[in-house]
Amino acid sequence: MNGLLHQIASGIASGAIYASVALALVMIYQATHHVNFAQGEMATLSTFVALTLIHAGVPFWGAFVLTILLSFALGVVVERILMRPMMNAPVLSSVGVFIGLLLVINALDGWIFGFTIKSFPSPFHAAHPLLGGYVSPHEIGETGLTVFVLLLVWLFFRYTTLGLAMRAAAYNPVSARLCGVRVNRMLGLGWGLAAAIGAAAGIMVAPVVFLDPNMMSGILLYAFAGALLGGIDNPLGAVIGGFVVGVLENLFGAYVVGTELKLTVALMIIVAVLLARPAGLFGRAVQSRV
Amino acid sequence: MPPLLEARGLTAGYGETDVLHGIDFAVEQGGVTALLGANGAGKTTALRALCGMIRRGGEIAFAGARIDRAATEDIVRRGVGHVPDGRGTFMELTVEENLRLGAYTRRDRAGVAADMARVFDYFPRLKERLRQQAGTLSGGEQQMLAIARALLVKPRLLLLDEPSFGLAPLIVRDIFHILRRINTEERMSILVVEQNASLALDLADHAYLLETGRIVVSGTAEAIRRDEAVRRSYLGY
Amino acid sequence: MNANRMPPPRPGAPSGLSPAQALWMGAFLAVMVGLAFFADSYHLFQLTMVVVYAVSVLGMTVLTGYTGQISLGHGAFFAIGSYTTAILMANDNWPYWATLPVAALASALVGFLIGFPALRLGGLYLALTTFALAVSVPQILKVNALSDLTGGVQGLTMDKPDAPFGLPLTGDQWIYLFSLGVGCVVFLLAWNLTRGRTGRAMLAVREQPVAAEAMGVGLAALKTRTFAVSAMITGIGGALSAIAVQFVAPDSFNFFLSITLFVGLVVGGVDSIPGALFGGAFIEFIPNIANDISKAAPGAIYGAILIGFMFVLPRGVGGAVVGLIRRLRDRGGRTRRARTPAGE
Repeated sequence: MNGLLHQIASGIASGAIYASVALALVMIYQATHHVNFAQGEMATLSTFVALTLIHAGVPFWGAFVLTILLSFALGVVVERILMRPMMNAPVLSSVGVFIGLLLVINALDGWIFGFTIKSFPSPFHAAHPLLGGYVSPHEIGETGLTVFVLLLVWLFFRYTTLGLAMRAAAYNPVSARLCGVRVNRMLGLGWGLAAAIGAAAGIMVAPVVFLDPNMMSGILLYAFAGALLGGIDNPLGAVIGGFVVGVLENLFGAYVVGTELKLTVALMIIVAVLLARPAGLFGRAVQSRV
Repeated sequence: MPPLLEARGLTAGYGETDVLHGIDFAVEQGGVTALLGANGAGKTTALRALCGMIRRGGEIAFAGARIDRAATEDIVRRGVGHVPDGRGTFMELTVEENLRLGAYTRRDRAGVAADMARVFDYFPRLKERLRQQAGTLSGGEQQMLAIARALLVKPRLLLLDEPSFGLAPLIVRDIFHILRRINTEERMSILVVEQNASLALDLADHAYLLETGRIVVSGTAEAIRRDEAVRRSYLGY
Repeated sequence: MNANRMPPPRPGAPSGLSPAQALWMGAFLAVMVGLAFFADSYHLFQLTMVVVYAVSVLGMTVLTGYTGQISLGHGAFFAIGSYTTAILMANDNWPYWATLPVAALASALVGFLIGFPALRLGGLYLALTTFALAVSVPQILKVNALSDLTGGVQGLTMDKPDAPFGLPLTGDQWIYLFSLGVGCVVFLLAWNLTRGRTGRAMLAVREQPVAAEAMGVGLAALKTRTFAVSAMITGIGGALSAIAVQFVAPDSFNFFLSITLFVGLVVGGVDSIPGALFGGAFIEFIPNIANDISKAAPGAIYGAILIGFMFVLPRGVGGAVVGLIRRLRDRGGRTRRARTPAGE
């Protein structure tokens, strides 16, 4: 029973990370109908930047905020330079550009920051074991912070005018323009936001999995599984899907397939979703009457 | 008074093909102009060209300024409200969110509130369905929503693309009554594209008749209504 | 909804080989065979790998170029082919040539199993699923439970094949010629497949899937079959690779391999069968050059090339060459046409 609780708690902690990356993926997918295969690499780059700032003496939370802002800017720039020209290109072209971006950023990380595995400090410490010792202080803090970030994003989209305009631009760019929304600018903002969310996820996960250029490739896979499970066009679904995948990964890894095969759990989830319910748990065709 | 909107030598098309081959038309300040014609004549294309939604050539002047190179969202911000064909409703958003988007470019809170009230006066059903997902509205309600959204832009010129399409006659009649009210009460200039010529001619002051991308008849709505030859050969009644 | 549009297909690809084409192919083949006797063993190995990668890329050409489906995980089928051959040779002492059909079958089977759920739903889901497959493969290969079979982390080594019937060829020469022979057969098969009825059906699926289905092309069946065939071809490439290298280990078959094949596909020309040869050569030679620059370089170069090609040469080198040839031919045709009488 102890083991089970621990696995579930750990699963929720990892799930929070997958949920964030899944949200970033779904945001970009909704707006552009493209999957950002480079999402993980962008997050890794952000994490390296954060580590550099920390080593340079910037206090943790200062580095965190600064990195988030820089990542936002990176997202806006990438959208403007690489994605905007690919808007109307065939799917293969945009996939090629995304994969190309993945490779370039990965190579850049290795070249600038080195390939050796680095440790990343956690800002969460506790003098005594918390919550009965089932979860580490970092897991608690990371889950809390990530959920907080997700909540902020939700509030932003649901209740602010800018958030509404971004949603409109994603759902129906033509009509959005007819309301005076500058759709291209919204796309850039969406990319920036996705990059910022990814950066937060990267900084939160690095203390656990250690930082190297390939840190996020497994995580990206789990995020995909989560996004598909929740419904690739449903942000809330993606978040829930991310948490579910986290828990499933841990449970299956502990009791069924062993830790060596945890990545295949993601593959199995993806195949299962596609076989049973391709729209995901919460993805829905929008109800409409003609 | 110079016309509010003037198009000269307007060409437009999709891909390599041109649909409009250089047409001239105008909308007077405070007037209602109708663009008539059969399917494929180019009416919808003309409205899309005005708003920069497709490739176009020629001159378009709105309130004295040239807009033929401007982007759609900038044209809208200058005061053009467009009710597109197919309504263009944001299906996934609620009625209220659709309306809020109409007012996206406006900064005057009080003015927006007043306009919302007026819009609910025209279309009480929208107020009842505020929290409902727009995709679940009936066709007629979605048309009302589309018009309401365009009105909230507080445009000087309202463009309507086939407002009667796919709607029951009673609802169409209601909508055209409201359009008449909008024109007389708010002095809003209107350019309406319609296949239903008699409806449009009842509403309009001026009318143009499009056939395969060219204007073949133009004049006051009164004159066209009375011209039996034109009615019989072009308008089918 | 044309979001899935590829660059437009070439009009009316003929079903047979023109005399000029046959001549070019014959000459090319003669040169390739001749190289067996002039190249030293290291370069022979490189040439063999060119053939290996050309065959592997060809699998993707058949899939993406002709049905417009994108796979980010063909490295997995390469791995299946390689490991099937390695397991049969190392554990059960099978002769190298006998492992080929088994490797082909194994890859085709897995291709069918993976393709079936993903293909019903459209390109994005296939891309995601194959991505997941590619990332998972090294883990699966390292699993302890299977290590008796797969050799676990250390992998498997095999003996180098000898030339048969006592022919006066070195092992390297024979492996090269053998791979060349298999490669020719595979290329001819692919060529055949993409001409004629199946080819036209595949192109129809790529361009207008809804219309294709309405015309009776069993969409799901065709896509799944094509995916299985494409997996089989790349699996054969993997098998040849194992024979040439005589060693397999899990970390050689990571996600980067799938990306490498994808880059070869794009560079060679996504729907160009001859382009696959160019793609294979690219894959074999560029990383060697790149590695001299820096360890990070191959990834950066691949990435930059991918992005560059998408912006500038979306149809790859193969497509660009074909376009050039056609333009030259058209110019000749135009002068001829100008001389026909006006009343025609």
